[in-house]
Amino acid sequence: MAGKTLYDKLWDAHLVRQNEDGSALIYIDRQILHEVTSPQAFEGLRLAGRKPWRIDANLATPDHNVPTTERSGGVDQIVDPVSRIQVKTLDANCDDFGIVEFKMNDSRQGIVHVVGPEQGMTLPGSTVVCGDSHTSTHGAFGALAHGIGTSEVEHVLATQCLIAKKMKNMLVRVDGELGAGVTAKDVVLHIIGVIGTAGGTGCAIEFGGSAIRSLSVEGRMTICNMAIEAGARVGLVAVDDKTIDYFRGRPFAPQGDSFEQAAAAWKDLVSDEDAVFDRVVEIRAEEIKPQVTWGTSPEMVVAVDGTVPNPERAGDQVKADGIRRALKYMGLEADQKITDIRLDRVFIGSCTNSRIEDLRAAAEVVKGRKVAATLKQALVVPGSGLVKAQAEAEGLDEIFIEAGLEWREPGCSMCLAMNPDKLGPGEHCASTSNRNFEGRQGFGGRTHLVSPAMAAAAAIAGHFVDVREMMNQ
Amino acid sequence: MKKFTQYTGIAAPLDRANVDTDMIIPKQFLKSIKRAGFGPNLFDELRYLDEGQPDQDCAGRPLNPDFVLNQPRYAGAGVLLARENFGCGSSREHAPWALDDYGFRAVIAPSFADIFYNNCFKNGLLPIILSEAQVDQLFKEVEANEGYQLTVDLERQVVVTPSGEEFAFEVDAFRKHCLLNGLDDIGLTLQHADEIKAYEARRRQEAPWLFDAIHN
Repeated sequence: MAGKTLYDKLWDAHLVRQNEDGSALIYIDRQILHEVTSPQAFEGLRLAGRKPWRIDANLATPDHNVPTTERSGGVDQIVDPVSRIQVKTLDANCDDFGIVEFKMNDSRQGIVHVVGPEQGMTLPGSTVVCGDSHTSTHGAFGALAHGIGTSEVEHVLATQCLIAKKMKNMLVRVDGELGAGVTAKDVVLHIIGVIGTAGGTGCAIEFGGSAIRSLSVEGRMTICNMAIEAGARVGLVAVDDKTIDYFRGRPFAPQGDSFEQAAAAWKDLVSDEDAVFDRVVEIRAEEIKPQVTWGTSPEMVVAVDGTVPNPERAGDQVKADGIRRALKYMGLEADQKITDIRLDRVFIGSCTNSRIEDLRAAAEVVKGRKVAATLKQALVVPGSGLVKAQAEAEGLDEIFIEAGLEWREPGCSMCLAMNPDKLGPGEHCASTSNRNFEGRQGFGGRTHLVSPAMAAAAAIAGHFVDVREMMNQ
Repeated sequence: MKKFTQYTGIAAPLDRANVDTDMIIPKQFLKSIKRAGFGPNLFDELRYLDEGQPDQDCAGRPLNPDFVLNQPRYAGAGVLLARENFGCGSSREHAPWALDDYGFRAVIAPSFADIFYNNCFKNGLLPIILSEAQVDQLFKEVEANEGYQLTVDLERQVVVTPSGEEFAFEVDAFRKHCLLNGLDDIGLTLQHADEIKAYEARRRQEAPWLFDAIHN
């Protein structure tokens, strides 16, 4: 019998009940809640007169709507009334049901996918869900984690289980050594460019190979975060010593002997050597350059030294139409050089790239330099209050402010513009977030997805530049 | 949950691939704490020429005449014909809520994004996967014939065209059962409460740290 993949092991360990038709009941160890996708779930519980199954398996924090400017006035000072109601509703629901919540001005508040691992809420071998598609992030620690809809949030609250069907196993192996200036973000954008935004649909993608192994856990989180942009609800990276060390001393992680017992069990969270994957994609690390998206889907991506594609050379009609539509929306010309794209704003943040390592990478590039005068705004939004405090302890905030970037309070911010941080119509933004969909960062806004180092370099130049050239200066 | 058994209605063709959930319902409308009322903002940025705001009366807003759902011939459409990877992007259930609130009962496409596909079933909205060739044929027929209607029969798992041609589709037995009977799946899961408790007791022995309380 063939060995098991990491996904197979996680699935088997959480199987409560297997139905004959292929559907199953799987147990959920942890649920993270935020203000946007939870209110209707709590309302549903109330209407049905149901109580949460295991209240202490949940953690909540508001992130999507919160302002990132000075907010000592608290929730009452949120200007947008609908945003304010949504944050207040989360507070009230958590208070009513007795769910632990890091409220807006708690020092531990932040983006759900930054806070979960940071607190040791996410653990290797656990199942983690959240009403947010970027829950795939947590798979970087060998946890089975994926986004769910609001009805499922309610289902997990009420039953601690999810009705699910086993996904297919896909392996994306990146072997070799990444070049200087090439980051986890570039790796995942490149992967999406290769397999497409539906390339992983129906699959759990395990990211393996020497290039993935050599990444920090933060880098692995960036990769798994964007598994959903390749269509896969689940991204996974096998557990190794880096994973285990990450959890030592985290507040909700086991402590002392219990930690050692857990760590011994976590070592088995790797795919067996003889495991069989339904699909394998192999990529050479050396071929990956810093990436920039030019269009309105994450698969519309090229290397920074490339050009915007020409629909005339697209091959088929549907593709050509897609390119034409994207060029029109983005205000770009076919065959235009990527480095000629001028920027209006720069956003460094989001669940993809707002951890300490990301901020260090951006600070290194802007240190001693000044943001281009042509830029309207360059924002740095840390992923959590703890990331913010760490960055300030390292003096990164001063480097950013000195260079002309704004240093903000934690939240989702301009990634999806549910708070006041947004693009104006027609504005181009170098963004470290995860989606370049039409209107994502603001009505008519034009998003280009890049790594933190590339965003920082673009902020200095006012247009895209190859960060590798800047690093040599 | 709302039942789905059989439906016949006007089909509307949305001819673009990778329609994402931001396109189906833009983020500013996700601030609502309700489940209903998203219909007027379905495809907001494609449908209107201005930027929509939550709680705004959409009646007086300038319509984009090029957008398919604004064409009189598709008024009252209940079946949406779409291209590959429909519903990609976020997990927002507001996307199926908006489609449902607008009046759609079924979406037909060659492929769907996983989370969106799953969310549809929780809301009595039926996502149907047909082959690319079949979807192409439906697009041609819809565009060529004003008033073109499709019948979706969940019991028999077929889409029926006006000429009587039938296209069979697959659907999980459990999901079909829930939709046909309008069953609440939380209630169904709670019928297995003893199995969940038995699992917890067993798992607590193997991995006790997973049962440590999240505390303040």
